[in-house]
Amino acid sequence: MSTDAKAVVPLGHVVIRFAGDSGDGMQLTGDRFTSETAGLGNDLSTLPDFPAEIRAPAGTLPGVSAFQLHFADHDIMTPGDRPDVLVAMNPAALKANLKDLRAGCTLIVNTDEFTKRNLEKVDYASNPLEDGTLDSYDVQAIGLTSMTVEALSGFDITKKDAERAKNMFALGLLCWLYSRPTQGTIDFLKAKFAKKPEILAANIAAFEAGWSFGETTESFAVRYEVKPAPMRAGLYRNITGNPALAYGLIAASQQSGLPLFLGSYPITPASDILHELSKHKNFGVVTFQAEDEIAGIGAALGAAYGGALGVTTTSGPGIALKSETIGLAVSLELPLIVVDVQRGGPSTGLPTKTEQADLLQAMFGRNGEAPVPIVAPRSPGDCFDAAFEAARIAITYRTPVLLLSDGYLANGSEPWAVPDAASLPAIDPGFATEPNHDGEFWPYLRDSETLARPWAVPGTPGLEHRIGGLEKADGSGNISYDPDNHDHMVRLRQAKVEAIARSIGPLEVDDPSGEARVLVLGWGSTYGPIGAACRAVRAEGGNVAQAHLRHLNPFPANTAEVLRAYDRVIIPEMNLGQLALLIRGRFLVDAISYNQVRGMPFTSEELASTITDVIESL
Amino acid sequence: MTATDLPMPGLALVPRTDEKQSAKDFKTDQEVRWCPGCGDYAILAAVQGFLPELGLRKENIVFVSGIGCSSRFPYYMNTYGMHSIHGRAPAIATGLALTRPDLSVWVVTGDGDALSIGGNHLIHALRRNVNLKILLFNNRIYGLTKGQYSPTSETGKITKSTPLGSLDHSFNPVSLALGAEASFVARTMDSDRKHLTEVLRRAAAHEGTALVEIMQNCNIFNDGAWEPLKDSETSDDRMIRLADGQPVVFGKDGSKAVVRGEAGHIVVADTSEVDPAEIIVFDSHADDPGLAFALSRLADIHSLENTAVGVFRDVQRPAYDRLVREQVASVQAQGEGDLQSLLRGKDTWTVS
Repeated sequence: MSTDAKAVVPLGHVVIRFAGDSGDGMQLTGDRFTSETAGLGNDLSTLPDFPAEIRAPAGTLPGVSAFQLHFADHDIMTPGDRPDVLVAMNPAALKANLKDLRAGCTLIVNTDEFTKRNLEKVDYASNPLEDGTLDSYDVQAIGLTSMTVEALSGFDITKKDAERAKNMFALGLLCWLYSRPTQGTIDFLKAKFAKKPEILAANIAAFEAGWSFGETTESFAVRYEVKPAPMRAGLYRNITGNPALAYGLIAASQQSGLPLFLGSYPITPASDILHELSKHKNFGVVTFQAEDEIAGIGAALGAAYGGALGVTTTSGPGIALKSETIGLAVSLELPLIVVDVQRGGPSTGLPTKTEQADLLQAMFGRNGEAPVPIVAPRSPGDCFDAAFEAARIAITYRTPVLLLSDGYLANGSEPWAVPDAASLPAIDPGFATEPNHDGEFWPYLRDSETLARPWAVPGTPGLEHRIGGLEKADGSGNISYDPDNHDHMVRLRQAKVEAIARSIGPLEVDDPSGEARVLVLGWGSTYGPIGAACRAVRAEGGNVAQAHLRHLNPFPANTAEVLRAYDRVIIPEMNLGQLALLIRGRFLVDAISYNQVRGMPFTSEELASTITDVIESL
Repeated sequence: MTATDLPMPGLALVPRTDEKQSAKDFKTDQEVRWCPGCGDYAILAAVQGFLPELGLRKENIVFVSGIGCSSRFPYYMNTYGMHSIHGRAPAIATGLALTRPDLSVWVVTGDGDALSIGGNHLIHALRRNVNLKILLFNNRIYGLTKGQYSPTSETGKITKSTPLGSLDHSFNPVSLALGAEASFVARTMDSDRKHLTEVLRRAAAHEGTALVEIMQNCNIFNDGAWEPLKDSETSDDRMIRLADGQPVVFGKDGSKAVVRGEAGHIVVADTSEVDPAEIIVFDSHADDPGLAFALSRLADIHSLENTAVGVFRDVQRPAYDRLVREQVASVQAQGEGDLQSLLRGKDTWTVS
């Protein structure tokens, strides 16, 4: 690429949204732009947003697929509430996304797709490029398809293949506009099309043509630059939540010495964990695609009984099906990790959209008193640590653990400081090897500190025993229908889960002023948006404290103390107040619930004004 | 010849013991709580009596069950055991067998547990051919919930939930298993200790999923359900005992024979009226399950006439758990995973 003579304007941060038809390759375009941006050292956060349909009818609103990327020269916490730049590959993409644009934003529009037929498909009575609809935006009307086809006229490929390369033209243009490096994309294309040299050459040519267009056209007077963000020294990569979660499980398997067994049934948006783990058999990982959700968790529990690190992965509807087996695992007191990548509900709901409305299902969705520890990651990279923590609790306390990720964490990405494998703690499974009671083995004789029962795996001589879902006598584990014993066992199982609080850190509060009277308490993927809202409030002179729960059951030991230190507690959630219900019930704190249930990541703007209102009301 | 002299590919990786075992070694201190007279007692005794001849280390045997009367079985076996939840035992046992080739894994289930609530897990275990031995106690009734009809109850059955007679068409467990690609399918009787033991021996030796339907009497809610096959007056006339390499004849003095009918299906004929060369010769090892299926269909679900028993099918097909282990091993043979390089990935940058 040649150097250009246009002025370079520095920017602090930019939000770009690529939007097009499901078949336009918007996710790939976004991924590539993200990779170049990560390599440049910007802080970033991404939000893929795609329909549940694989290929909805071309050119229609349901078929629109988008990828939003926020990148900056400072640390950022969200993929951005609204885009600064929208790339719209067709009228449907324009129509679906225009409402999110502020006046004055840049709109890059592929004019070739604004045909009468395509306009009719989305009920545009007249062409928005011509009727004044877009007067308040900086519109760059470009024939992306025709220019791509023209640039590729010398190649021996079909017109269809040439047209398909238009996303690379757009990517090249955006890379020029924001001064992104290009070599990574060229290397990526070389690997992707290694076996199709003509397609490879065409894609590279389209990419370079897009870059050159930016350089030569008079439409763009300036280009922009976003300098690297200052970050803690170290080695970084970009990562999305599902692979990070899978790596956390593999790390826990390595650090515990327990072979990893995944029993799973495909479900959006959790399937990528199954896909990822199935690639890592070199770690001895066994992945089992079961006949249904129930068999997935059943097999994982069977493997756990045999001494493996048993894991099952699913989304909300799958948890509903697995509930009975989770209850069995509570009764058997075996380690088991149940991953719920939450999506919009109820029922099939919004398969590709995010939500955090499974908290109460995780907490209470079983018959009887069946307490289950709950761990929730706060960001895509944090899925690694949360998975490792879930495994620690499961193995140490012999209990199923629910790990509550969500669709945004699963598919969203951020720069991730690569963990040092050597400094990860060991997890001791502490298998039982000897009789523990007068020469006999009692499978329900507990550790006095953790209240965990011994884990004696088949194949251990002398410790043969039977366990099951019927109530067991304390200690011996024999079937018992004794009323007092049942009352005791119900309390013991609860006490065991509560004892976990002794092994987790305190709830930390971020209050730079030290004078905040309002606390914002969150959990899960709202961490970034809540943090961004708190920053916005503070930037306007307001004092607000933020605390975020990784452990939802049990809560950290100091939770009550933290909550009582503030005059008001606001709990923002992507549900109708599930954590708020728990906090109110457990701590008698009159928490203010703030809710968005739009299937999209939490946005900060409105939350910031709610926080300010609460501060001002004091 | 005892079973231990036979090759037992299904147990090849399970450690053996030199210690002499007896049935007593497999009994627990738990009081057996089936109803007096229940057919389950006979099955328990047969299993405890037969296991010593396998010579396995007892800690390497696991019984997994679901819910129902039969599923109490693991509590009475002094091995490892799990009494799980309704219908799910094959799924749980699959996870165990996949990860622990050194275990002999047995599933104990009933007609409601395996064929109604757990039907899906059963058919998928069979098609995968996981190294499990499934003992299906079929009493044609729900016992533990006190007497509702089951998926093997005959149509028209009067029960608490069907006072006017059930309208359901029933499953034939052997036909179902053969249709589900099972590599080993057998049917036997709780009260016929010798036949039951022979079938168990062959099931134990088999590598892959073995389904053994055990016709079992519930003397409280469905007493006499199998009586026409048990009563010595009537059983010979009704029961077809399958034996490899033997012509399929039954009835008093071999008076009945199974032959090919005109349309290619099989029929029962008077032995005296057919050419001996036309009598079907049975082979449980045949690749094609067609004949086994046809034999399973001869039975009349009401009168129990022409009910075949024995090993219907016993063929070799790679066990799923072995294939899984081989796939993992082949990857690991090219180098075990390194956690740090996994975490690092391909695209990184350094901030200094």
